[in-house]
Amino acid sequence: MESLITYLILGALLFCIGIFGILQHSSLIGMLIATELILNGASLNFMAFNMFLTENPATGQLFALFIMGVAAAEAAIALSIVITVYRKFKKIMIDSVSELKG
Amino acid sequence: MNTISDLIQPVMVARWIFWLMTIITVAGALLAVVPRNIVHNILGLALAMLGVTGIYLFLGSQFVAMMQLLIYVGAICMTYIFAIMLSPPLELELPKRRKVKLITALFVSLITFIVMALMILSTDWGPYADISRDWSIKTLGQQLLTRYFLVFETISLLLAIAIIGAIMIAGLVRRKN
Repeated sequence: MESLITYLILGALLFCIGIFGILQHSSLIGMLIATELILNGASLNFMAFNMFLTENPATGQLFALFIMGVAAAEAAIALSIVITVYRKFKKIMIDSVSELKG
Repeated sequence: MNTISDLIQPVMVARWIFWLMTIITVAGALLAVVPRNIVHNILGLALAMLGVTGIYLFLGSQFVAMMQLLIYVGAICMTYIFAIMLSPPLELELPKRRKVKLITALFVSLITFIVMALMILSTDWGPYADISRDWSIKTLGQQLLTRYFLVFETISLLLAIAIIGAIMIAGLVRRKN
């Protein structure tokens, strides 16, 4: 519990579950949810390094806060894009939204 | 006289809670990825975020833990649920899960995890820094408004742009039709 490696392994596990979700899900919202998992794995890494390795305890926390802000912005923009795509195609499955492929 | 802290050591309780939080995080992450129903995925995401909140408490930062709970569980998961409830893609028929895609995804993520775990375990991380430092919210706020002021400004600018962009993309199209 008090070692850096536990937290790093947990962050890597979250990251890889997120990659699995992005690759296997067929709807856009499912892929967005997996993206949130990836972002959380990254910020868990930052917090663990902040706890164990850095001199200034504010840096890692600020980076985690920054990641949360980016995640909130990403969720808002991506959901509005998903809603627009649904209005145009009546589907949010990525295989059917393929008008640009020429 | 025996008190309850003699019978159950507080350190042991903390360790149990840590592993409980780890299990909650991993179970929520799997629940967020594996089921087909999107509402189940969002609830799994909320569960995983709850577990990560507990782990942030173990990492010593109450402020980031509270922000995690507020922003992820309170704001982002709610935004997903609203986006699903307001637009009807929930009722779409689900296509069949393709086995090749599933196996490829499992293979790629497993390879990534193994490589990352080997890298983590084989690195010498050096001596740990002194843990008894000032973690208070006051220090964090002072640093956020002096030394790391650019971070603060960038987050607020980014959020403002994101709000305007989301309204432009999702809101103004409807008026045109």
